[in-house]
Amino acid sequence: MFGLQGKVALVTGATGGIGAEIARALHRQGAKVALSGTREAVLAELAAELGEGALVAPADLSDPAAPQALVERVESELGRLDILVNNAGFTRDGLAMRMSDKDWADVLEVDLSAPFRLARAAMRGMMKRRAGRIISIASIVGTTGNPGQANYAAAKAGLVGMSKSLAQELASRGITVNVVAPGFIRTPMTDALNEQQKTRLMERIPLGRMGEAADIAAAVAYLASDEAGWVTGATLHVNGGMAMS
Amino acid sequence: MSDTAEKVKKIVVEHLGVEEAKVTAEASFIDDLGADSLDTVELVMAFEEAFGVEIPDDAAEKITTVKDAIDYIEAQKAA
Repeated sequence: MFGLQGKVALVTGATGGIGAEIARALHRQGAKVALSGTREAVLAELAAELGEGALVAPADLSDPAAPQALVERVESELGRLDILVNNAGFTRDGLAMRMSDKDWADVLEVDLSAPFRLARAAMRGMMKRRAGRIISIASIVGTTGNPGQANYAAAKAGLVGMSKSLAQELASRGITVNVVAPGFIRTPMTDALNEQQKTRLMERIPLGRMGEAADIAAAVAYLASDEAGWVTGATLHVNGGMAMS
Repeated sequence: MSDTAEKVKKIVVEHLGVEEAKVTAEASFIDDLGADSLDTVELVMAFEEAFGVEIPDDAAEKITTVKDAIDYIEAQKAA
C-alpha cells in the first residue's frame, strides 16, 4: 500500500525539518523527489543522503516568476510532476498593532501566493495525464488563530480555501488537492522552551507529546498515494488532538 | 479544408472524445460538443501548443465554436 513507484514529487522548503522528512518519506515510498529551498548546500546534503532519484532544485519563492520556472525545471529533468507538496513557509510574528504592511505582505507572498503559483504551474501537466496530487502544509493556527501571527494564520487559512476551490476545479481531471495542518512539532525552537512552558503546552495536547516531523510526513505520503484517490478538498489535522475540527 | 482546420478538428476530437462528424465548423464546444469550462481552457492551451500562438484570455473567451478557433489561429499565423 501507498507505494509511489514511478512518481515524481516536488517538495518546497525541503531545507526545513518537516520538508526534509516529507522528502524522505516520499522517496522511501519510491518517488523521485525534487528538493527545493533557498539554501542549496542543505538541499545537496539531503540529496546525497537520499541517493538516486533526488534532484536539487533551489528557488526563491518570494520571486513571482520562480514557481513556474521551478515546475518547468522539474518536468524537464525528471520527466513529469505528479505530486506537488507546498511546504515552504516562514513566519514574521508581531502583534497586529505593530505589524508593518511589509511583514504582512511578505508572509502572504511566500506562504500563500507562491503555493498558488506552484499549483497553477503544476496542474497543466497533471491535467494532461488526468492524475495528480497537490498537497499544501498549513498549520493549526490557520484554524485556531494565534496572537502575533495574524499574517501567518491568514496565509495558512488561505491555503485551505484555495485548496477546496482547486479541488473542485480539478476533480474531473483526477487531481486531488488537500491540506495537512500540523500542530506543535518538535523543533529546535520548541526545544528551547522551559519546563513550565512545556508543561502548559502538553496540557493542551491530549496525546501528551509534541509532534515529530515524521508524523506530518506520513500524512503527506498517504495523501500522495493512489489509495487516497477519493480524498479531496480535505484538511488532515495532525496535532495530537490539540484542535479537533 | 485548410491544414489549420484539419489540425483544429483533430485536437477537438482528441480532447473531447467526440465523433469527428460532430465537429463541424459551427459546432459550439460547450453547447454541441459537451465541453465544460475546464475543457475550453484545455483546448485553448492545446491550440497554443500545437500552433505556437499565444491566445490571451480576452480572445480565448470569444472562441466558442470550431470556426472561431480556426479563424483566430489563421489570423494569428497570417499576422
